[in-house]
Amino acid sequence: MSDTRPIKLACRNVWKVYGRRPGYYFDSRGYVIDPDALAERLRAEAHLPAVVDATFEVATGEIFVIMGLSGSGKSTLVRCLSRLVEPSAGEILFDGKDLLKATGKELIELRRHAMGMVFQNFGLLPHLTILGNVAFPLKIQGKPVKEREARAREMIALVGLEGREGSYPHQLSGGQQQRVGIARSLAVGPELWFLDEPFSALDPLIRRQMQDEFLRLQRMLRKTIIFITHDMGEAFRLADRLAIMRAGKIVQIGRPAEIVLNPADDYVAQFTEDMPLLRVIKAGDLATPLAGASAPDQSVAADASLEELIPRLASGVGAFAVLDTGAGAPALLTASSVLAVLEREQKRRTRS
Amino acid sequence: MTAPAVSFRSAPRVAIEPGLLPWCVFMVLTALCLVLKTDFPWLVTFPKEWTLPLAPAINAVTDAVVTVVQPVFRALSAVLDAPMRGARTVLVWLPWPAVMLAVAALALKSSGVRLAVFALLALGYILLAGYWPQSMSTLSLVLLAVPISTMLGFGLGVLGHASPRLRPALLGTLDLMQTVPAFAYLIPLLLLFGFGPVVGLIASAIYATPPMVRNTMLGLGRVPSDIGEAGLMSGCTRRQQFWQVEVPTALPQILVGFNQTTMAALSMVIVAAIIGGFEDIGWEVLSSMRKAEFGQSILSGLVIALLAILIDRLTIGFAKPRPAGPTVAMIWMTGRRLVATLVLAVALAAAIRLLWPDDRLLPASGLRMQVGGVNQWLLGVVRDYAWLFDDIRNAVLYCLLLPLRIGISGAATPALWGFSLPPAAIAAYCALVLALAGLSTRGSGWRAGLAVLVTGLVLYTGFLGLPWPVFILGMALLALQVAGVRLGLFALAGFILILVNGLWPQLIQSLYLCTLAVLLCLLIGGALGVWAAYSDRVSRILKPVCDALQTMPQFVFLIPALMFFKVGEFTALIAIMLYAIVPPIRYVEHGLRHVRADVVEAVEQMGATPAQSLFQAKLPLALPVVMLGLNQTIMAALSMLAIAALVGTRDLGQAVYVALGKADAGMGLVAGLSIAFLAILADRLIQAAVSGRPAA
Repeated sequence: MSDTRPIKLACRNVWKVYGRRPGYYFDSRGYVIDPDALAERLRAEAHLPAVVDATFEVATGEIFVIMGLSGSGKSTLVRCLSRLVEPSAGEILFDGKDLLKATGKELIELRRHAMGMVFQNFGLLPHLTILGNVAFPLKIQGKPVKEREARAREMIALVGLEGREGSYPHQLSGGQQQRVGIARSLAVGPELWFLDEPFSALDPLIRRQMQDEFLRLQRMLRKTIIFITHDMGEAFRLADRLAIMRAGKIVQIGRPAEIVLNPADDYVAQFTEDMPLLRVIKAGDLATPLAGASAPDQSVAADASLEELIPRLASGVGAFAVLDTGAGAPALLTASSVLAVLEREQKRRTRS
Repeated sequence: MTAPAVSFRSAPRVAIEPGLLPWCVFMVLTALCLVLKTDFPWLVTFPKEWTLPLAPAINAVTDAVVTVVQPVFRALSAVLDAPMRGARTVLVWLPWPAVMLAVAALALKSSGVRLAVFALLALGYILLAGYWPQSMSTLSLVLLAVPISTMLGFGLGVLGHASPRLRPALLGTLDLMQTVPAFAYLIPLLLLFGFGPVVGLIASAIYATPPMVRNTMLGLGRVPSDIGEAGLMSGCTRRQQFWQVEVPTALPQILVGFNQTTMAALSMVIVAAIIGGFEDIGWEVLSSMRKAEFGQSILSGLVIALLAILIDRLTIGFAKPRPAGPTVAMIWMTGRRLVATLVLAVALAAAIRLLWPDDRLLPASGLRMQVGGVNQWLLGVVRDYAWLFDDIRNAVLYCLLLPLRIGISGAATPALWGFSLPPAAIAAYCALVLALAGLSTRGSGWRAGLAVLVTGLVLYTGFLGLPWPVFILGMALLALQVAGVRLGLFALAGFILILVNGLWPQLIQSLYLCTLAVLLCLLIGGALGVWAAYSDRVSRILKPVCDALQTMPQFVFLIPALMFFKVGEFTALIAIMLYAIVPPIRYVEHGLRHVRADVVEAVEQMGATPAQSLFQAKLPLALPVVMLGLNQTIMAALSMLAIAALVGTRDLGQAVYVALGKADAGMGLVAGLSIAFLAILADRLIQAAVSGRPAA
């Protein structure tokens, strides 16, 4: 489904190496680098490869989640994408233009208009009110007071904080502060939205609410999103596609269903072991083209999870027509393919 | 595993820890020096012929340099003189009702009604006591020194933050600026700028800059990375990032720096009165102290104290928002109303001056004119109770000061203690020290044993009787083992430099005075701190006392000490202790109150008595904080040395003070740097001991 949308951001062979002279390892142009061998060598020579050869593409309007444990390099990677951290090597194409070649001025322009970012610890300015914080990016651009305050009020209403405009950050709860962070990052109307562990500092209950809120906003706004998290449940819940990182390297990229059904290696398998297949896999993931046959009477939405289908299967339905797959025509979902997943889940349970 | 059990058991006894070995050599050397000291007196008193003429050399260089650059500095002095006179004229011209209105408005804005009432009372007292013009003179110096220090400090702080390469040099300079007593650099300043209040202004500016630098660096360094990145992602240019993101976020810390800078400037302006010539409040205190007019010196000392507290609370109110949120009065006093009030105050001033152009509107004869009786009464009290104060003084002098200074061997003579020690008693003393050392070695390791041994030695010979090679070697060895080679070399070089400059006796005097003061402060202050940690009531009583003691300019502490105990070493000791006792109280209380509760609960659950839980759990856990307090105590004691020289001591402070009198820049600098050296050495030693690992 993502194939039909244009690529917004492409990241090709991006490295970030900390150490005495990281540049030394990347001046051999034209050679094909074996990433694992180079990472090994860097570690042996007292360098820290925080991001190893990251390559991926994000389509317009997609939620791309980067997941990994702490220290796996995901925060460094997202900072490379926004050039808060200067990558050691590689290419980052934003709308086909290499971000790494942008001058300081161009970069400031890009950040002012095309990018927004939300931070784990909110990053709110303590001396400004909520209104001042949300209006801050516009103030930096030199927008007149009236215009920026009107826009800021609009954003504050969007995240549901009307009436708190005059408060200061320390007077708000964590969840409310992050709403302000979200409003601020959206104030300039960015095309590209980075969220670096935005909900990790919040209580589980609030986190869940904020995820719902986030999905609601995304349905309205359709931004291109890079979302960083270490919480697997959050990743599988929000992602259109997700990348799993380990020790600086992306070990697998795919849609949630692909990853749980075909883990690339034991690490990913172990990592995703506890994810309930029936909840992660959606009807659209298992649908096959009708291939001329007539559509069954019973129909389901493509984003319905298999779990929702079980009661209907139990009442004896043999096949569903899957709607809104993005391909236009409805597709076919047979009961047997759902039952196959159910069987697999059963096996996983008994093994562990 | 099959090795014979015998060798296994004897191995730990034979093996000497590598750290202990040099100390064994050191003990042998000490014994040797003590035996030889009657035959070779140079072991104890460094011969005059061996000193190097470093101070005269500095003087020669200074003189040469001064004659060249003097015109520049004199011109600068003239330039600074104009705004100073201007500020002073304006402040003295302002009629007191206008000043009171303005200050009360500021206090209301800063921290509410209570401070405003305090401000009115304090200013009212200053007015009634008859020190209004003098206070305004002092304030005018502070008002000029503070902006200079603030801007300079902010600039340097930003520089230090932005350039990690410059930072070590900057921090070293700050250490020197804060530890070299101001009297020492008053001399070259006097040579450069000539006599007059400008020197006081510049000395204040130098002394008051470091806190601003440190707090600016601290504040900027502590801006959370999330906030910095949020600024960058909003598309800030470098300048926007600095002025709109970093500085506002660091502002509370920077304002704390401003508060400390202001207090330092006030303290220094008052001390600078020693060079005289300016009719300010410091001069009033000093001259009344010299004339032994205790009534006046108490009245004027109180003026300083009130001014200090008022300025401190005003500035801290702006720096730190109240945890409970602003009071009603603070909200009422909006920025606009504040400006309106200030304008009103100026209008009032102009109106008063227009209506009564010549009248100074001051109480015709201030309180201080009528304190002759009070003087008499105070002198009478002091005379009537002289026996009490003398007894206290003599008791401390003979039981504590003398044994530390000249040792038991020196004090136990018929003239001092009324008896002399028979050889048997000396042998018994030696045996006792050795036994104690052995016991503590078994109980808590060879370091404790060594400490007992050294203490026994110092008590026997006294600080003055200690052979200098032993002392220098011991200190260098200690620095080496606690903090690494570099500090060891630093200690060695520093002490040798002091030695060859002929300042050894003064150094030993300083050390012994400071050691005693610090020990007593730790004992008394520590006990008070423990008490305050256990009792909220004591804590509530001690807090304002500590606050007041800490905001007070050092000068003020001389007044009561001098009044009761007359000129002398004991008076200096009391003054030093008054100034240095706050850190132990504060840090011990804070350390004990913030010990991890789960550990204490675990210990109490095991059935520890309150004493056991205090001495075996809480104090050891609070040790790092207590050590910080110790560090501050030592710094305070050393910085008070120079001031205490005014009441008669024979230490490095006195050397600085004497040099000031003789305009001997070389000697003043050398003695001042010696004090700074002691302070820096103590600071690094304690820091290394707290962090627990030697810096390479």
